[in-house]
Amino acid sequence: MSDAHLSDADRHDLHHESDLAPGDEHEVSIRLRVIGYLVGLGLAILLTATSFFVAGTDLVWQPSIPVAIIVLAIAQMGVHLVFFLHITTGADNTNNVLALAFGLLIVILVIGGSLWIMANLNHNMMPMDQIMQMQR
Amino acid sequence: MTDATMALGGNDAPPPHGVEIEHLGPAPKRIVTGYGFWIFILSDMVMFSCFFAAFAVLAGQTAGGPHGSELFNLRNVAIETGCLLMSSFVCGMASIAAEERNAFWFQIAMAVTCVLGLAFLAIEFREFADLVARGAGPSRSAFLSAFFTLVGCHGLHVSAGILWLLTMMAQVFAKGFRADIQRRFLCFALFWHALDIIWVAVFSVVYLLGSGA
Repeated sequence: MSDAHLSDADRHDLHHESDLAPGDEHEVSIRLRVIGYLVGLGLAILLTATSFFVAGTDLVWQPSIPVAIIVLAIAQMGVHLVFFLHITTGADNTNNVLALAFGLLIVILVIGGSLWIMANLNHNMMPMDQIMQMQR
Repeated sequence: MTDATMALGGNDAPPPHGVEIEHLGPAPKRIVTGYGFWIFILSDMVMFSCFFAAFAVLAGQTAGGPHGSELFNLRNVAIETGCLLMSSFVCGMASIAAEERNAFWFQIAMAVTCVLGLAFLAIEFREFADLVARGAGPSRSAFLSAFFTLVGCHGLHVSAGILWLLTMMAQVFAKGFRADIQRRFLCFALFWHALDIIWVAVFSVVYLLGSGA
């Protein structure tokens, strides 16, 4: 099926005025869209290279390395969301952003909560060999 | 469509002065489908967050076995990362080709995406086989169980993504860029980009933090 046979329903499907499907972009020229992906790729490569470099270097204060890697990872996820998945702050993206925000809330609760609780349990629990001795 | 909305709109009270109310009707299928799949991807990320939480809690529980720093080869991980990042970019090129309805460049971009994804899987499979051969399989320690579950689950997603990718190539070849095929491809592109986002978390948390600690 070629371009000329596009039905009205198809056209309505592709170009709706008030919302954007996640992953869809505003209508711009091919050149601008390729440039968008290239900018995303460049930023992602830069951030990836930085975190691999930071992980293996002696140049920075050692305790700061895990924090730096986490921050770089979050920044790179943001780059992917904006340049590859085209999640923006525009009004046509509100639904997508709200769903993402709810997903993030759950992710943060699960990871943060697990780490918090387990660290607390580790801290309060007697070392394993002592428990074994008490059971004898 | 317009007749129906006008009939519906006719019964409404007149809008307040200066306020225009548009009656667009239900959102088009592309937005409904894309949004529904977006929700699925977010729930998939919630599932991954559980595996990440388990890994973070168990990362130190090596039961006297090897630590991450003795096991991981960061050069391999860098190559895997490069493969997946490039495949995500080329998948974006395929999205542009799909919207321009250019079958030739679509198939080329999808084929490149597929080859990069397969390269990623091959390197990961070799790494897993190597770990098991060295006695560091998933049953060795809680740390390795969590490692194989998390990274293996991502690998399974990539495998499923490649099957989906080949299906999309075949469907576009056989049926052309029909609206329903375009919707399926939109979902596939979302899935493939989301896998790359999860891999960013995997290489940062599992490999980079794991080999430092």
